[in-house]
Amino acid sequence: MLASHRMTMTLIPRDAISDRLAATGYVADRELATALWLMESLGRPLLLEGEAGVGKTEVAKALATMRGTNLIRLQCYEGLDRNAALYEWNYQRQLLAIKAREGDDAASVEDLIFSEKFLLERPLLASIRQERAPVLLIDEVDRADEEFEAFLLELLSDFQVSIPELGTIAAKSIPFVILTSNGTRELSDALRRRCLYHYVEFPDVDREARILMARLPGIDTSLALQIAAMVGAIRKEALRKTPGVAETLDWAAALVGIGLKDLHADPEAVHDTLMCLVKTAEDKSRMTPEVTNRLLGKVA
Amino acid sequence: MGAVLRLPTDHDAGELVRSRLAGFVRNLRDNGFLVGLSETRDALKIIAGPDASRVSLLRPAFRALFCARPSDWERFDDIFNAYWLGHGMKSVVHVSGEPPKASTSLRKSGDGAPSLGKPGTPDRTERGEGKEHDNPADGRGRREGASTTDSLEKTDFRHIADPEQMEEAHRLAERLSREMRARLTRRERARRSGPRLDLRRTIHRSIATGGTPMELVHRHRMDKPLRLVVLLDASGSMSLYSSVFLRFMHGVVDHFREAEAFLFHTRLVHVSDALREKDAARAVDRMSLMAQGVGGGTKIGESLKTFNTWHAKRVITSRTAVMIVSDGYDTGEPEALANEMRALRRRCRRIIWLNPMIGWDNYSPEARGMQAAMPYIDLFAPAHNLESLQALEPYLARI
Repeated sequence: MLASHRMTMTLIPRDAISDRLAATGYVADRELATALWLMESLGRPLLLEGEAGVGKTEVAKALATMRGTNLIRLQCYEGLDRNAALYEWNYQRQLLAIKAREGDDAASVEDLIFSEKFLLERPLLASIRQERAPVLLIDEVDRADEEFEAFLLELLSDFQVSIPELGTIAAKSIPFVILTSNGTRELSDALRRRCLYHYVEFPDVDREARILMARLPGIDTSLALQIAAMVGAIRKEALRKTPGVAETLDWAAALVGIGLKDLHADPEAVHDTLMCLVKTAEDKSRMTPEVTNRLLGKVA
Repeated sequence: MGAVLRLPTDHDAGELVRSRLAGFVRNLRDNGFLVGLSETRDALKIIAGPDASRVSLLRPAFRALFCARPSDWERFDDIFNAYWLGHGMKSVVHVSGEPPKASTSLRKSGDGAPSLGKPGTPDRTERGEGKEHDNPADGRGRREGASTTDSLEKTDFRHIADPEQMEEAHRLAERLSREMRARLTRRERARRSGPRLDLRRTIHRSIATGGTPMELVHRHRMDKPLRLVVLLDASGSMSLYSSVFLRFMHGVVDHFREAEAFLFHTRLVHVSDALREKDAARAVDRMSLMAQGVGGGTKIGESLKTFNTWHAKRVITSRTAVMIVSDGYDTGEPEALANEMRALRRRCRRIIWLNPMIGWDNYSPEARGMQAAMPYIDLFAPAHNLESLQALEPYLARI
């Protein structure tokens, strides 16, 4: 029965996924497009792993835009518990209601204050109570505790939530679940098995250039290629913090902003704007003008 | 779901792929992939779809479905090619540490795959001496030896010559690591009494008193246990000690919920996976092979640099203690070592340096490397016998 809800949505053909993602400004490779397509046809969550800054979170955003549905995000952190992720009661209102009905029959007061009106939805509950299946992004699931992970596994297989005071709430629609992990902790085998898997890598020069062109419509093709090549070269340097795709976009926007058409035309400007990419003092001291020039030399 | 992707029985290409799917799945399992029944079932659905006809479509679909971790992701192409396209597979080795089922997997998965490699063949050699103690986790049989145990605890590892005694020392080291873990957890539970109010329960109980919260309910929060990263010096100068520490590391990795282990000599090797092997003797054997360095010397600074660059981001959190076991004889530049120690110090919670030589008479940390590292060390302790390892436990509990 639950599956039938998903079926009411149109199943997007696989070949169309890449194009429709590109239309939202996300340039996906074939593997990712396949994984996103399988998510729907098999009804499994998708686990994305990869270094920080490769654009894992962006995948969820693009998927939501592509499907024209809501994105509900749960950011995990150490100590995240079910209360914060699932639901909470509105304590202030409950206290007021109890005070206002002082002297009433205790059972009726209890029924009142544990009703829908006093329930605060948190991301997980919200995600299964939407009319139209949303995209649920469970970000950095490796930061949450093992206990929470086990609970998540249960939710992801049943898609129903039991609230002791209210009873069981079944899903109105099954969300598209995307989990991301940075690998700070080893995830359980059970969770890994439950999910489809995709390892996100830094885009190659060609794809990064296409990302730049999709996001910054005003940029020249040649400049986009140069920037992508330069960032690719910087990533190969042993920096403490490898610049991500978002940083590339910032840098490209800065270069476009100062009206640069060719990186070789003004190496000084290139060096001065590197702060968009290089973000620790140590890395900054390593990226001297000489290093910048050497890397620029590699860029066609 | 099944309504959309129905399984055709008359589809030729699909039928072919389907008949060989079981072999592929077995092949993946032999290579340590997590593949269960539901994955196989979903794979059948994929085959029934439009993807079965073209390899270029089948590959990414299977990849997303069957992979579960980065190492799977990397190896998938080789295994896929070997099985479906019949390419040789030299580099794929068995790493999960399960007993080899090579013969069955070869025979069964070979149906029609001409040049299938040997995915199930382990890269491990069985050693005679490792077999005698197949069950190190078994705690029985130790208590009778209490008196020898006592003296053993104080004996410098260098002076243990008798293989049986050495074995006993190994087991003690392992048990110690286990007990350490258990005690750490228990202590944490007892110590904390929750300072935070549990509003949900408090309000529930206040209904009976007309909304006045007479009875406060607290939330007891358990601390997360410590995460431990062990870096073991496996160079020649440490060789007398490294076998005992390997055993200790095995216990640590097995019993700390979150622990990582590395070996270094002239370069750094990540060994956590190999140490997760349940059979301690076997794990240590594999370790010993990895520990054989190339060339002489110890490059502590360089190894730490590798660690800081490639692994620290992943394995170190704010509640990580780093334990370095080394005699501090570094053939690299002391400045480089100091730099890396500084970088490491910034990231982690505590650095513990265990040096077996402290236990020697009239030893002072004069090695240049040791001197360079000293300012960044939180605890500099001896580790030449089991007693000194035991003495660490209260310190770890306080972190």
